[in-house]
Amino acid sequence: MPTRQIMKELFKDYRFAFAFIVLCLLVIFAAFSVFSPYDPTFWFYAPRDLPASWTHFLGTNSKGQDIFWQATFAIRNSLIISVIAGVISRVIAVMVGLIAGYRGGMTDRVLMFVSDGLLVVPLFLIIVLLAMLIRDKMNIVNLGLLLAFFGWAWDARVIRSQILSLREREFTQTAILSGTRTMNLVIKEYLPFITPLVFSTLINNMSWAIGMEITLSIVGLTNMDIPTLGTMLQWAISYQSLLLGRWMWLLTPIILSIFLFIALYWLSVSVSEYLDPRIRIQRVGVE
Amino acid sequence: MQKMQLFLEIKNLTKEFFLGSIISRQKITAVDNVSFNIKPTEIFTLAGESGCGKTTVARMILGFEEPTSGAILYKGRRPKKGEKVWFTQGMQTIFQNPFETFNPLRKVDCYLFETVQNYKLARDNKEAQELIDRKLKSVGLSFEEVSGRYPSEFSGGQLQRISIARSLLTAPSLLIADEPVSMVDASIRMSIVNLFKNLEEELSMSVLYITHDLATAYYMSGQIAIMFRGNIMEMGPVEKVLMNPKHPYTKLLRESIPEVDPSKKWRGEIAFSNIEHEEYLREGCKFAGRCPRTMDICKREAPKAIYVDGVLVKCHLYCSD
Amino acid sequence: MSVLTTQNLKSFYVLNIYGAKKVVKAVDKVDLEIRENEIYGIAGESGCGKTTLLKTLYGLIKPPLRLIDGKVFYVRDGQEIDIYSLSKEERRKLRWEYIAYIPQGAMSVFNPVIKLKETYRDFLDSHLTGKTKEEVFDMAREHINKLGLPVKILDAYPHQLSGGMRQRVAIALAALLKPRIIFADEPTTALDVVVQRGVIQLLKGIQEILGNTIVLVTHDMGVHANLTDRLGIMYAGKIIEEAITEEIFGNPLHPYTKYLINSLPKFGDTGSRESVPGNPPSLVSIPSGCSFHPRCPYAFAICTEQMPELFDAGNHHKVACWLIKEGKDAKDAIVS
Repeated sequence: MPTRQIMKELFKDYRFAFAFIVLCLLVIFAAFSVFSPYDPTFWFYAPRDLPASWTHFLGTNSKGQDIFWQATFAIRNSLIISVIAGVISRVIAVMVGLIAGYRGGMTDRVLMFVSDGLLVVPLFLIIVLLAMLIRDKMNIVNLGLLLAFFGWAWDARVIRSQILSLREREFTQTAILSGTRTMNLVIKEYLPFITPLVFSTLINNMSWAIGMEITLSIVGLTNMDIPTLGTMLQWAISYQSLLLGRWMWLLTPIILSIFLFIALYWLSVSVSEYLDPRIRIQRVGVE
Repeated sequence: MQKMQLFLEIKNLTKEFFLGSIISRQKITAVDNVSFNIKPTEIFTLAGESGCGKTTVARMILGFEEPTSGAILYKGRRPKKGEKVWFTQGMQTIFQNPFETFNPLRKVDCYLFETVQNYKLARDNKEAQELIDRKLKSVGLSFEEVSGRYPSEFSGGQLQRISIARSLLTAPSLLIADEPVSMVDASIRMSIVNLFKNLEEELSMSVLYITHDLATAYYMSGQIAIMFRGNIMEMGPVEKVLMNPKHPYTKLLRESIPEVDPSKKWRGEIAFSNIEHEEYLREGCKFAGRCPRTMDICKREAPKAIYVDGVLVKCHLYCSD
Repeated sequence: MSVLTTQNLKSFYVLNIYGAKKVVKAVDKVDLEIRENEIYGIAGESGCGKTTLLKTLYGLIKPPLRLIDGKVFYVRDGQEIDIYSLSKEERRKLRWEYIAYIPQGAMSVFNPVIKLKETYRDFLDSHLTGKTKEEVFDMAREHINKLGLPVKILDAYPHQLSGGMRQRVAIALAALLKPRIIFADEPTTALDVVVQRGVIQLLKGIQEILGNTIVLVTHDMGVHANLTDRLGIMYAGKIIEEAITEEIFGNPLHPYTKYLINSLPKFGDTGSRESVPGNPPSLVSIPSGCSFHPRCPYAFAICTEQMPELFDAGNHHKVACWLIKEGKDAKDAIVS
C-alpha cells in the first residue's frame, strides 16, 4: 500500500494527528540545536536569571545559560537515548522471541531462563549500581545501551507466546510444504502478526527510557554536563527554582516531557490499532 | 516384482499417546497395527469418524510424527532418520479448513511463487507465472483472478482449489487430501471431488483421500479402508465395501448419510459413545459398546482380520466360520 | 397459527473503516411467516445472509449490523409483540424462555473451567428464583435424561467430551426452559455423519416433546430433507423459494433450487454431479434485477432489470422467478 494512502488513513485518527504533529515539532526543535550560538556545556555565558526576551526566548537560568538553546539540546539528547534504547531492545526481543517460540525445546528453555532472570532482578537497583560503576564513561550512547540491555526481557516473552500460537496454525504447514526454510518462514509468515506488538512496545519502551533517564538524572547518576530533559530538571531543582519562582527553567523540561509522553502514547495506540491484524483483515477488499 | 509396483507400504503402524499427569497416565493407541498399500496411480480412501486415527496416519506418512512401531516404506525403502520425506518423495497435502490454509495477512499468490522458487521449478519470473497459470487453469481458476489478492477475498471452495493448485505445482506422486470438502458448502463439494478424480486420471498420481463422509467417498474409485478408533475394520474395493458392507460399523456409516429425499428419512435411533477415550481403552473389539450385534466374545477378544469375498474384515461375525 | 412473522425486513452491515464506506445487504426485504409446531428450514450457500437473518429474528442487532427497515413480530398468547420496540430488559426476559438461539460452533460455548452442570445452573438461576442448588441440578439431570442423553456427562468438564457430544449438550441447553421457538444456526456443520445424525435425532426429539417451533439454518440440503417440514431457499439476502419440504425436493421451480438439489451426491449413482456454476455474489455488490441472473442458464431480458417478487405458484409453493411467473411463452416473445 502506498505511503500516502496509509498516512491519509492514519491522519483521520485525531490521536495520530496530534502525536505526529507534536513529534515533528519536537524533532524540528531538537534540530535547532545545530544552530545554537552557545555551547551547552559552558556556564555563565549570559547574565543569570533573565526573564524571556527577544535575545533569550525563554530567559536564562541560574547557571547563566540560555534556556531555549539548552532545551533544544535536552530534547535532542533525550530522543537519541530513547531511540537507541528502544530500537536495540526491540531487535533483541524480536530475535529472542522468534527463535525461542519457533524452536522450542532446549533453546526455548535457555532463552526464557535468561529472559526471566532479567525480569526478576530488581531493575532499578541494578541500573543504579551499574550507573554508579561506569559513571565517568556515561554518555548518551552508553546510557541508551544500558537501558536497551534491560528493556527486552518482557516483550521477548510476549512475542514468544504469539509465535507459539501461530506455529500451530495450518498455514505454517502450508509454508513448510512449500519448501520454505525456518528463518524465512518465521520472518515472512509471523512478522506481519507481531508488527503491531513490536511497534507499540517500541514506543512504550522509548517512553520508559526517557522516564528512566529523568529518574537517574534526578538521583544524580548521569553525566550532569550533558543537557537532557532529566539533567535540566535536576539542575533546576538543585538551584531551588521552585522556591525562588524561576518558572521558565523549571517548567520548560516538564512541559516538553509531558508533550513527549502524550505524543508517544497516542502514537503507539493509534498505530497499533491501525496495524492490528483483525482490523487489517477487515480493511482488505474495501477498494 | 509386485513390491516394486507399490508406491507406499504401511506395515503394522502403531502410534501411542499418553494422556494425564505423572500420577495417572493413560495410554491411548491412536493407531493400532494398521497395514495397507497404495499403488502408484490409485485413489485410496481412508474413512471414519473424527478421532479414529486417520489424520495421525497421514501425519506419519508425511513424516511429521514418529510412529511408535511399525514401518512405512516409500517405493520399497525405509526413510533415513531425519529425512524430510514429504520433500524427497514428492508428497503434498490439502487441509480441511480452507480459510486457515493460507496466512490471512499475506497474498495468496505468495505461496504459489514460493513453491516454484523453493523447488526450483522455473528459471525466471515469467516461466513461474506461466506454470502457476497452467496449474490454476487445471483447477478451474486463472492467474488473473488470483494474483494480488488476500485469502479473505475468496470463498471456501475457491481457496481449496488454490490449495490444490499449489500442491500440483511440484507434480507430487502422492496427494494427501485430509477432509478437503467437509468445510465447503454442500453444493460445491462434488465439483471438488470431481476435480480429484480428473486430476488422478490426467496426472497419474496417487491420492490418499481422508474423509468421514461416505457419500463423496463413493465417487472415488479404488480402494477404501474404514477406520474406527485406530483399527481398520474393513478394507477393499470401494464398490464392494460401500454397496455391500459387511462390518456393522460400515453399515452404520452408510446408513448415516442423509438422503436427499424427504421420503427416505431415517428410521430408528442409534447409540452413541459418551466419553471418547473410554472407547480407546476398551478390551476386545473397540466397537463392542455401540455395535447392534455384539456377542460375548466381542468384549473379551479383539477380532482378527480375515478376507471375505475379496474384502478384509475384522469382525467376530465372520471369524466364527 | 403463526408464532413469528416479519414484514419487509431489511438489515445491513454498515461499515466505515478509515473513510471507506461499505454496505453489506445481508437481509434484503424478507417476509416470513413461521407457524407453531413445525420445523422451518432456511437453506442457501455460505454468504447468502442466513446467519444475519437469524440474528435479526432473534434481536441480536449490534453495530455494524443495523436494522434498516421492517418489523419482527412474535406472537405470544394471541398478541403480536414487535420485538424492536421493546426495551433491552424486556427482550432479555424473552430470551431463553420464549426463544432460544443455538449459534454456529455451539460446541465451543461452554466455559472450559467449570463442569457442565454449573453452566446449566447458571442458565436456570438467571431465569428462575427460589430454587436450591440441588433442585436446580435435579432439573438439569431430568431434562438431559428426557432427551435421551446420558446423565453422567453433566459431571464432566467440556474438554472430556467429544465435539459431537458437546454440540448435543449445547442444543439440550437451548431447550432447557421449554422455549416456543428455537433458532439453530448450522448445528451440524463440521461434524461427522454419525454425529450429525445424532444431532438431527436430538432436534427432532426436542420438537416432538415440546411441540414447539425450530428454525434451522444450514447449507446442507440432506439435513433439510431429513428434518424440516417447510423450507425457504435464500439467495443474496432474499428468500427466493418457499414450500413444504416434499414439494421443494419433488418439484423445485427456481433454477437455483434445482442446482442445489442436483449438486448433492446420491449414493449408488456415480453419474457426474454438477455444482452451481460461478460464485455466489458478494453482498456488497449485488447484481441488478434478479440477483441470480449472472449464473442462471435461463436468464432473459427482464431478469437483468427487475427483481421478481415472491408469488404463489399453486399449492402454497412460493417462488421469485420471472421464468415461472411469465411462463415460457413470454420468454420466447421477448427473445424473438
